[in-house]
Amino acid sequence: MDIHALQQIVHKTRDARRKQTLPKFSPADRDQLIKKYHPDSRESAYRPIRFGPNAGEKTVVELATLLEGDSLIGEDVDLTPHYTTDVLVIGGGGAGCAAALHAHGAGAKVILATKLRLGDSNSVMAQGGMQISVAPEDSPVTHFLDTLKGGHMKNDHQLLKVMVEEGPAIAKWLIGLGVLFDRQADGNLHVKKGGGSSKPRLLTCSDYTGLEIMRVLKDEVINQKIQLLEFCAAVELLSDEGGKCSGAIFKDLDNHRYVVVAAKTVILATGGIGRLHIQGFPTSNHYGATGDGLCLSYRMGAALAHVDTFQYHPSGAVYPEQLIGALVTEGIRSEGGHLVNAKGERFVNELDTRDVVSSSIIRECEEGRGIRTMSGRVGVWLDTPLLDAEHGPGTVEKHFPAMMLQFERFGIDISKDPVLIYPTLHYQNGGVKIDTNSETNVGNLFVAGEASGGLHGRNRLMGNSLLDLMVFGKRSGLIAASRAASMPQGRLTVKHLERFRANAKKHGSLSGVISPMILPAYTRKAG
Amino acid sequence: MAQENANVIDQPEVLTPRMVTIEISGKTYEVPEGITVIKALWYTGQEVVRGAGCLGGFCGACATYYRTKDDPKVKTCLACQTAVQDGMSFTMMPPFPARKATYDIQKLQDPKQDLFNLYPEAPLCRNCNACTEACPQKIDVREGVWKAVFGDFKGVSEMFMDCVMCGMCTPVCIADIAPNLVALYVSRAQGAHFTEKPKGLETRIHEIENGRFNEEWNHILKMNEKELVDHCATVK
Repeated sequence: MDIHALQQIVHKTRDARRKQTLPKFSPADRDQLIKKYHPDSRESAYRPIRFGPNAGEKTVVELATLLEGDSLIGEDVDLTPHYTTDVLVIGGGGAGCAAALHAHGAGAKVILATKLRLGDSNSVMAQGGMQISVAPEDSPVTHFLDTLKGGHMKNDHQLLKVMVEEGPAIAKWLIGLGVLFDRQADGNLHVKKGGGSSKPRLLTCSDYTGLEIMRVLKDEVINQKIQLLEFCAAVELLSDEGGKCSGAIFKDLDNHRYVVVAAKTVILATGGIGRLHIQGFPTSNHYGATGDGLCLSYRMGAALAHVDTFQYHPSGAVYPEQLIGALVTEGIRSEGGHLVNAKGERFVNELDTRDVVSSSIIRECEEGRGIRTMSGRVGVWLDTPLLDAEHGPGTVEKHFPAMMLQFERFGIDISKDPVLIYPTLHYQNGGVKIDTNSETNVGNLFVAGEASGGLHGRNRLMGNSLLDLMVFGKRSGLIAASRAASMPQGRLTVKHLERFRANAKKHGSLSGVISPMILPAYTRKAG
Repeated sequence: MAQENANVIDQPEVLTPRMVTIEISGKTYEVPEGITVIKALWYTGQEVVRGAGCLGGFCGACATYYRTKDDPKVKTCLACQTAVQDGMSFTMMPPFPARKATYDIQKLQDPKQDLFNLYPEAPLCRNCNACTEACPQKIDVREGVWKAVFGDFKGVSEMFMDCVMCGMCTPVCIADIAPNLVALYVSRAQGAHFTEKPKGLETRIHEIENGRFNEEWNHILKMNEKELVDHCATVK
């Protein structure tokens, strides 16, 4: 059977499906579905963290092993600084750029260090949009309630309130920098509806929202002449006598030398952990998403929140093989694309929250209603041609040019053929616990963006990540800058490492790996 | 099994991959057919630090030159988005030392005229079309440069929404233009200076500043979890 033969069921059942309306699950059914099928519910994938601030709490084995890993740095390391700055930003994605720009704007000397190039991050890949309540029928309060519902009521209320209220000002800032959001005919911002949201609230730049924002922010960081350390991977933080953060040690990936940066305040914006491929899942994440910030802050004594919950984006590509794990944007579903099993049936309201949709796709596949490829992968159809049928020919091409191009390279026209999808590891719902200043329980250590935790509760709504990055990037930048202005540089020590190692010894041992991982080990060793 | 086989997509090369011969930076290797160029690098034991970013076709880190069997033409691609084929020869493009103009976007007085100060080489386009041919995103780059020079900033910003800043248009330009950087300036100027400010956004910002939602916030933030769950359920 080839793909075209199997796709026929989607074409044949399209008209009948268009007449259907699928109700959302009741809260009870929803909970049951998630409990049975969501990857977060697989107990065998988890173990308790043995020591440190979150000792006894469970997380996935892959992350626990890294959190209990040892540093590359010995206690006798030479800490003579190569650079000195007010604010050190670690990470060059959306949160890092926003933090650096705001800290710089507030008058601080800023160094932005990043593992790969400036801008390499998940932010640049965000297609779906950015949730901001700008529509007259919408409000920040509704945004708050939708997000809370999506996050299973576990979101930190204070963080969430700050995010939804500061959203509109962020949109204004970005527009001022030249970001081209889609507009309505009357000049107002065009808003789309995302999964789990009661009102249309997604600001978009075609299906290149993250790319457009990042092109502008990167350009602005360069225009402002903010000092950059590219291809420098953070391998350890530094702490003063009181345990407060006072800088970081990097490994220069070009010449493998250590680079020591003394900083009055440090903002970690290192993103998530998709490239750990937890539970063997493919991922939509960028090359460097290896959870570095979590390991670094945990060793310093920063507490983590919700690190037992991850987001599996419902639609990762399953075919062709070259695109495994790549995202098929939720925008397709928000414009009405159906999810269809091997029997040609819909099985979930496509606009339910991501955890519900992912769980039901996994259910279809586990119960034998999925489509299996010869490489052994299983998925369900996403009826992309339906969009042209529903909204007129050319809709897919006009609204999803990035997706079109991505599949076209492998000879697939998604406006004519449905695509095969399965959940892909997409987002780390939790992270380092922060307060509304974006600060952790370690003094002068700020965390922003995906590396931080609490805001999204146990499930993130589509489009809330881009806003999270900008709001807490901004807050961390402004507060870190003002803090730095009124304090001296702390001493540079690795005393926290002694403490961490002693603590590990008390509970058995370190896990035997060196963390952070820096880059995933994809290079084939033998053969 | 019959049920299962009925829904199997035939892709035999994945189960028992057919090996193909490729050439990476002049050296020959055998790799499974159909894997991406970047995966071929990993497969041959090469570590990739520079030259990999998002791995999803959005960041432009993996700009690559390649040739196919029996064709002298050197083509360009993104390594994470292109499958290897038998007889393919490729090498990654190092970062190209293009000059980026620096500017304060908000302080520009006359953005259309400023283009000629910031990128004086832009009007020197000789229409050779090499940039368009080099673009892996299928942007009509040459047309974009002309539109920029003739002041059609809106047209440029629409054309370059797909631009991943891989920079492959730059080394091929005989007039030393960096079309992607010109387009980035033009798009930002279009957004910051020639696009209407959305009125609804201003209204919302004022509403928040003037405390329009304060009463509702006070009401909600005092609720216990049960009340909040019930309240969330009323939002449709």
